[in-house]
Amino acid sequence: MEGLFFNVGSGFLEGIVRGYKAGILTQSHYGSLTQCESLEDFKTQLSATDYGNFLANEPSPLSTATIADKATQILVDQFIYIRSNAVEPLSKFLDYITYGYMIDNVVLLITGTLHERDTHELLERCHPLGVFDTMPALCVATNVEELYQSVLVETPLAPYFRDCLSATDLDDLNIEIVRNTVYKAYLEDFYHYCTTLGSPTSDVMHSILSFEADRRTINITINSFDTELSKEQRAKLFPAIGRLFPEGNNVLAKADDIDQVRQACENISEYRSFFDNSVSTQGNGANHQDVGDMGVAALLEDRFFRTEVHLNKLAFMQQFQYGVFYSYMKLKEQEIRNVTWIAECIAQDARDRIQDFIPIF
Amino acid sequence: MSGAGARENVFATRMALTNTKLRLKGAQTGHSLLARKRDALTTRFRAILKKVDEAKRKMGRVMQLASFSMAEVTYTTGDISYLVQEQAKLATFRVKAKQENVSGILLPAFEVDRVSGSDFNLTGLGRGGQQVLRAKEVYAKAIETLVELASLQTAFTILDEVIRATNRRVNAIEHVVIPRLDNTIKYILSELDEMDREEFFRLKKVQEKKKRDAASAAELKALQDGEEALPEPVEEPTEVTTDLLSSKDEDVIF
Repeated sequence: MEGLFFNVGSGFLEGIVRGYKAGILTQSHYGSLTQCESLEDFKTQLSATDYGNFLANEPSPLSTATIADKATQILVDQFIYIRSNAVEPLSKFLDYITYGYMIDNVVLLITGTLHERDTHELLERCHPLGVFDTMPALCVATNVEELYQSVLVETPLAPYFRDCLSATDLDDLNIEIVRNTVYKAYLEDFYHYCTTLGSPTSDVMHSILSFEADRRTINITINSFDTELSKEQRAKLFPAIGRLFPEGNNVLAKADDIDQVRQACENISEYRSFFDNSVSTQGNGANHQDVGDMGVAALLEDRFFRTEVHLNKLAFMQQFQYGVFYSYMKLKEQEIRNVTWIAECIAQDARDRIQDFIPIF
Repeated sequence: MSGAGARENVFATRMALTNTKLRLKGAQTGHSLLARKRDALTTRFRAILKKVDEAKRKMGRVMQLASFSMAEVTYTTGDISYLVQEQAKLATFRVKAKQENVSGILLPAFEVDRVSGSDFNLTGLGRGGQQVLRAKEVYAKAIETLVELASLQTAFTILDEVIRATNRRVNAIEHVVIPRLDNTIKYILSELDEMDREEFFRLKKVQEKKKRDAASAAELKALQDGEEALPEPVEEPTEVTTDLLSSKDEDVIF
């Protein structure tokens, strides 16, 4: 039924996004990018892709940070174009996408305020997707109490902050805990919002968001080993969605080492392979080597990224749903990371690691 | 002979000779001591030079690893610099300086003192925490190498300077001080010899004159005696001559 009316409101934009998606770098692009000898070559190779001559006006010693910035700017421009053409409920959905970045920005401002720095210069460091009109107003706040009030009044994040934290919490808690608490609330809210959109958007988004939630849960667990973060606090940071919820989360909340995390994830078949102690080099299973627990934790991030890319690619299999917008953003982010990584490897002459990016198509 | 080289301005006396000989001996002892010090320092210097070379090569590798681990962090978490800057309250990595004594030279040695507590161990809690931790470790190692290199490098420069100074002193003693003292001694000796010879000559002259005086006096007396009594002078001259030869004159030393 939704197929009948979907195209009236969002057909144009879906077409645009699918067009953008066709511009995502492919394996052969990456192949030629990794062959580059210098960043100048790299720039030339990139200009043959959809990036065009986005680095044309940059002064000659290119830094990898500039490349990342410019590539992000392209993504932001695309997003803004889509956002300004969107109507309800897609516009609301797109707003939800920006909330994630907004949380990062607000947390950054909070950090600045807590340490009594000039928050105006922080505005430049904020992620452009998370910029909202009233953000400069947050810089007026000089103490945490004021900042808390203005966050409540000025930002769309108010419900997350209101429900999870009080003004005094901002002072007492580690800023990372604040960030993760708010992010948890955001994920849950986004999840419920997707439910209201109905199938097929909810189907696609639920699988992506569940994975995102589980990934955060596992990450928080592993990263909080041997830190001052208590187990109760840890449990509070776990999003109440995802495939590990609730039993898995309970086990993870009590976990003390990586083996227990592994056991908790045994129940989910897709997550089982994350904790494989061996790496298969570039997909051919012949060359296995054991890497130990620390190695697993480091590899984990890589495997999460791969799974994320896989899930986001699946989102493009279905039509008449909003998941493609979210997925496009995520894929593009991964692509920027890939490009930056390759640029970094070229700049630092670390050829042996240059293949460690995650190809998308 | 005394004009052959530079010498000190002294009077050629036996006292000065003793003093100068003592000084020459002191200079020789000092020379051998300094030479030994120089050799010890040079050995040390060579060892440090080797270590500096190793440390510098290691530095390159470690720094590359470190900045690469930073790239990994950026890949997974994005920019965390501001958060880390703001959350660091206490230095966890400190450098202690102490002094080491190498043959009388105080060399500063730097030591790493790591406090295990960390302020930003929750950075990247939701994502990339492992990478952040690893980058932290790698950078800590890089700084350790840097500190090691720093103490080596300071020791290197200080030793270099001290070795130069010691070398200068050794050479100065060997080529300036000792020859000058030698020359002084030779000068004094030659002057003393000269004075001896003069003295001997003078004494001979004195003796000669005395002989002459005595002879003329005897002649005069003989004349006077001849005027008084003639037979006597025959006896007397024999007496006078025996007297002169057998008795010792007080003025004559030889």
